[in-house]
Amino acid sequence: MKVDTRLLDRVSSGPEFDAKLCLNCGTCTALCPLGLEILPRKIFHHVLLGDKERLLAEENAIFSCLLCRMCEVNCPGGVHIAENVRALRVYLNEEIHGLAEV
Amino acid sequence: MPVPIASTLGILSDNLRKRRSALPLSRRARTGWARGLALPHGGETVIYTGQMWQMVPSINAMAHQLGKYENSSSGSLFRFARSMNKLVNLTPFLARVSAKDRAFYDERLRNIARLLQNAGVPFGYLYEDDLYTGALAYDEGLDPAFVRHAQYVYSVLKARGVRRLITVDPHTTNMLRTVYPKVVKGFDLEVRSYLEVLDARHPKAQKKLDVQATYHDSCLYARAEGVVEPPRRLLAGAGLRMVEPELSGKLTFCCGGPLETLFPGKSADIARQRIEQLRSVDHRVITACPLCFANLSRAAPKDTEIRDISDYLSEAYAATPA
Repeated sequence: MKVDTRLLDRVSSGPEFDAKLCLNCGTCTALCPLGLEILPRKIFHHVLLGDKERLLAEENAIFSCLLCRMCEVNCPGGVHIAENVRALRVYLNEEIHGLAEV
Repeated sequence: MPVPIASTLGILSDNLRKRRSALPLSRRARTGWARGLALPHGGETVIYTGQMWQMVPSINAMAHQLGKYENSSSGSLFRFARSMNKLVNLTPFLARVSAKDRAFYDERLRNIARLLQNAGVPFGYLYEDDLYTGALAYDEGLDPAFVRHAQYVYSVLKARGVRRLITVDPHTTNMLRTVYPKVVKGFDLEVRSYLEVLDARHPKAQKKLDVQATYHDSCLYARAEGVVEPPRRLLAGAGLRMVEPELSGKLTFCCGGPLETLFPGKSADIARQRIEQLRSVDHRVITACPLCFANLSRAAPKDTEIRDISDYLSEAYAATPA
């Protein structure tokens, strides 16, 4: 794995990103209407570990989150999951979609 | 495989920047609903539609079009569409709306205005300055375009002397009440949903409705804005016998609407799941969000009756004109 030491800083520079509070309990995965196994906790780990390659490979999962917050209101760690997912979208829009500036 | 993400979001971002809307509509489509209601222009308290109800017929037409491109190799077509859209607003060509559809969705806004009038709430309407809030751009993480747009919307509201906003859908409520204060410095407007405004006035129904139905909570109203009890109190006051689905209130299940732009197929799957949950308790379903209404309606079997909450409330509380 190639580590991008700037990844966490880049993702955290936009909307609130508090994924380090994640307890990795799996409540979010169990409750997700889409059954997204990867989101949010595994993708959050990619960011925390600086694994940019794996993060970019999950573009579809990141953009298919409903932002419905079923996971968020039940998260024992109090992670602001929807806002974290939005932070990932902001990052991907800048990094691979060419939508950094208007 | 989704609809091409970069180009689709690019079109959305361009539209917001150049035309101040996700789906730029004609003036008639945006403000035609208010014709004949004699709503004053502006004022300190205004009904704020954020153009959400007005967009739904176009969203329905667009969803039908986008569904054809899911799981297809259409990247170059979407890149071309984005280039064209920079020059010409493609929305009217891609999302053709019949007069009948437009009139149907306009009627929900007229319901809400009549309810407020009957409850004695003084309010105006901003007509041309009733702008889209940028909700979809925010959800999709298009923050540069969104933040600039939000600041513009706030500047218009301040220039018009607005102090209080009565919103008519959960997305606009959430944007103006919770999101704008985070991105617009000094945001100082009071924002309440019309359901909260009506509920606070403890209205008496002019006509009791003898109907049993189930209520689908919007995710944003229930989980982000705490609007859970006002719609239930108003419906109970209207005489409805409410039966709750297993997942309701803060544990409501999404209608799938947020995915209709990029993943129309998954969006429809979620809607079908939610419809089955609701139908297991009653075939009459009440929604309080234009996008929930549209998405669930597209997925529902014919024997399911989906109506917006304003239909029932206006029958009960605004049976006679103010």
